[in-house]
Amino acid sequence: MRLKYLKLYKVEGPLIILSGVKGAMFGEVVDIEVEEGGHKRGKVVQIDGDKVIIQVYEGTAGISLNNTSVSFTGKPMEIPLSRDILGRTFNGVGEPIDGAGFYGDRKYDINGRPINPVGRKYPRNYIETGISSIDGLATLVRGQKLPLFSGDGLPHNELAVQIIKQARISGDEENNFAVVFAAMGIKHDEADFFRKHFELSGVSNRVVMYINLADDPIVERISTPRCALTAAEHLAFAHNMHILVIMTNMTSYSEALRELSASREEVPSRKGYPGYLYSDLASLYERAGMIKDSKGSITQIPILTMPNDDITHPVPDLTGFITEGQIILSRDLHQRTIYPPINVLPSLSRLQKESIGEGFTREDHPDVANQVFSAYSHVQDVRSLAQVIGEDDISEMDKKYMEFGRQFEQKFLNQGFESNRSMQDTLNIMWELLTLLPRSELDRVKPELLDKYYDKR
Amino acid sequence: METNIGKIVYINGPVVRVIEAYDLKMREMVLVGQKQLIGEVISVDKAMATIQVYEETTGLMRGEGIISTGRPLSVKLGPGIIKNIFDGIERPLLNMYETGTAFIPEGIGMITIDEEKLWDAEVVVKVGDEISAGDIYAKVQETVLIEHKLMVPPDISGRVVFAEKSGSYNIEHVLIKLENEQGLHELKMYQLWPVRSARPVNRRNPITSPLITGQRIIDSFFPLAKGGTAAIPGGFGTGKTITQHQLAKWSDADIIVYIGVGERGNEMTEVLEDFPKINDPKSGKSIMERTVLIANTSNMPVAAREASIYTGITIAEYFRDMGYNIAIMADSTSRWAEALREISGRLEEMPAEEGYPAYLPSRLAQFYERAGDVEALGGRDGSITIIGAVSPAGGDFSEPVTQNTKRVVGTFLALDKSLAYGRHYPAINWLRSYSGYITDLSPWYEEKIAPDMLELRAKMLRLLQEEDKLMEIVKLVGEDILPDDQRLILEVSRVIKVGYLQQNAYHKNDAHVSLKKQHRMLKVIDRLYVKANNCVKMGVPISKVKNDKLFYKITTMKYNVTEDKLEMFDELIKEIDSLYDGLESMYGKEVSR
Repeated sequence: MRLKYLKLYKVEGPLIILSGVKGAMFGEVVDIEVEEGGHKRGKVVQIDGDKVIIQVYEGTAGISLNNTSVSFTGKPMEIPLSRDILGRTFNGVGEPIDGAGFYGDRKYDINGRPINPVGRKYPRNYIETGISSIDGLATLVRGQKLPLFSGDGLPHNELAVQIIKQARISGDEENNFAVVFAAMGIKHDEADFFRKHFELSGVSNRVVMYINLADDPIVERISTPRCALTAAEHLAFAHNMHILVIMTNMTSYSEALRELSASREEVPSRKGYPGYLYSDLASLYERAGMIKDSKGSITQIPILTMPNDDITHPVPDLTGFITEGQIILSRDLHQRTIYPPINVLPSLSRLQKESIGEGFTREDHPDVANQVFSAYSHVQDVRSLAQVIGEDDISEMDKKYMEFGRQFEQKFLNQGFESNRSMQDTLNIMWELLTLLPRSELDRVKPELLDKYYDKR
Repeated sequence: METNIGKIVYINGPVVRVIEAYDLKMREMVLVGQKQLIGEVISVDKAMATIQVYEETTGLMRGEGIISTGRPLSVKLGPGIIKNIFDGIERPLLNMYETGTAFIPEGIGMITIDEEKLWDAEVVVKVGDEISAGDIYAKVQETVLIEHKLMVPPDISGRVVFAEKSGSYNIEHVLIKLENEQGLHELKMYQLWPVRSARPVNRRNPITSPLITGQRIIDSFFPLAKGGTAAIPGGFGTGKTITQHQLAKWSDADIIVYIGVGERGNEMTEVLEDFPKINDPKSGKSIMERTVLIANTSNMPVAAREASIYTGITIAEYFRDMGYNIAIMADSTSRWAEALREISGRLEEMPAEEGYPAYLPSRLAQFYERAGDVEALGGRDGSITIIGAVSPAGGDFSEPVTQNTKRVVGTFLALDKSLAYGRHYPAINWLRSYSGYITDLSPWYEEKIAPDMLELRAKMLRLLQEEDKLMEIVKLVGEDILPDDQRLILEVSRVIKVGYLQQNAYHKNDAHVSLKKQHRMLKVIDRLYVKANNCVKMGVPISKVKNDKLFYKITTMKYNVTEDKLEMFDELIKEIDSLYDGLESMYGKEVSR
């Protein structure tokens, strides 16, 4: 029988502090009973002499020094899991919130374990999203972590939904595909938007949701993605499924982390975020991937909004250093009503080099993508020149580039919420656009590919 | 000497404090709690000692004891290091995987290089020999490329009183016994060395030769030196890791120590899958036969990340002492600095700039100073080159890690976001990068490559600088307004940028390029500019001078001229001459008429 502690030493923000504790374990979960029958859970975050600092998941409202008893469970935070989680909705600590109970076969530690680099399989197969700017220029790869860098008011939720609706994994014969959705600090209407579209597109029974809304306790916001990723690991590695994890919004998550850090009076680093923000984000993002012992995979699309559209803000910055590329949405394109407003120049998929081209998509894919990038990047220079001297005065060649830029945005980027383009279509549009430029400008494409794809147009 | 002492009273992430631990020494290695987690003492104070723990502390309880080992955090140096992959404190990841899980298990304890494996050792000393620190007493062919020399540890010397016959032994087997005033020393097939102390050497040699990387912008413009240091800073997506991979694959060091410091797991997996398939151009053997990998990915414990660069450099020093040239890639030193910051924060130390501890600059300098070309104990020459990637927050080079690194490194290869956006790889900015080794290396270049190599380098850099200035004008008024000689500079610079500086890591003729070919390519571009410029001066219009076919041919010569057909460059030069001589004589006549 474990001891029950009947008195608290201090309650502060989301933390409670106990004194006179003998056998507390670092990281263990505690059961907190407030008055009669009101149960909350907490986690030991610091042990200092006989004082123990506990972070309370459901928030500390209603707790006084005398009305609460705490008992230690001796276990880390665990959630029950089985294949039956598909189609269900849970809160940030893994309790069902869709009105039914849930009993899993086994309980799993939500912190997971780091994947041994030796045990990983290098991701080498693409996911067709049906979105030209992603498939063509920043191809999503099975087992990759590819975040969406967005801004407030930009259509990142639409894009995420479109990816979920359209995603086809090449080589997934058994259709063993499911979505784990982790919502951290998002608004009620955003959550409803996702739920509605999952239903409309008939994928609801293949989606598991872990929801922590903007007005839910922030301590649960920290455990939400961990529950979701533990569920994803279970489905991927125990049931050999291909899992797409959508985590939104990583900025709210990081702010919750900062709030907790501040309440623990930790030394802040950049913009008040704790010094361990990088390690903490990595402990989430690095849970994407594939392992040698299993056929399944975890692909992550974390979504974050860049405060003030600033990509150098610590959250997008550190994320970019951990994830394998990024897809960046542009306010400028959005205001010109181009959907999806993906700014292709800074967007990048680091893993695509091994997953596109001959044997995967089409032999011309790497070269044509490279050429389109280089041409569109030149368009930016020409545009800034044309702004100064006027479009009439730029050279004939630059006028061709201006036209290329316009058509690229209208025909390639702007495809709409309902349009689902095949990889072949995407590549063909890219060639069609390149015919606006003379062959001598296309220095990134091998001559034999130009013979085959450029000259026949 | 292992004793059970102390009591844990404080736990906060990787930081643990113990009381009643009176005899703990600074930097001593300890085993913490019942799970015997590995830790290191980082401060001692009357009765309380602070320990950083290299494994996750979840589950640790107040009141548990610690075990003192009496020695500092050390690594085992012996056969079995090359071709292996370790975590930040030299625990083999392959062995962990073989325990049956793709995840890193908890509480693995202090495992290290294989103690069971038999190695064919050739003992090269006999009873009666007087040998001292650094002398070789046995040799083991560790991989097809590396002969492992077993050396007398730095602090021992004496007379051989026992020498084992050559034969197959495991590393725990005693090969020789030495006698001196202090007594008898048994030498096995390994030695222990504390990671935070540099191994002693006889003396440092001056820098004389470059580390040839096969990467044009580095070898021709911003060379690295054997025994030198380099930093590669760049924001995310600028290609730090791929540049490091290219250097690990193609540089002419004897041994590569690749340290993944708090980076992505998939990148290490990529190395593990790719390297065995790539053959070293010199030996024709797989480059894995000369590679050591240290992987402490971002989600592995942060204190072990801090230790990983020391583990790497200690391994490098050990092989340097055998007389090898080592190149270390640390990707990325910013993650190491962040680990320092994270631990410093947990210790509630006074932060300096951006929350980093005030000792960041001195720690960085200490690390980079372990590079060098030296005469090791025993008289062999060896070198260590350190190439550290830096990941500046927000891509801003004014942040503390970049600035403090810049002060202590010789070569600075600045990666540039706008080049990466235009898919110009390697995205090394030629205006912001520099190499401090040009003067030291110029005799080497003049003697081994060509007397005019550095002159060509200077000419090309001048052209590029000129182009940068002209581009400022072009941005305002457009290219058409410039006079023809300036437009020619733009055109030739474009050839340099696309045809020379851009290098395709995935093209078989372009992934790595010999210095001979680099020199010939520079000659061709130089001839193009000289000849074309003459024509422009004679009044030939730029539309004629910029012959699309010829320019295209020169831009793509990197792909079309292979290493065994370098004479094709002579044909290109002939082609340039005939075209421009033709133009000259045509326009020369017009002028005289």
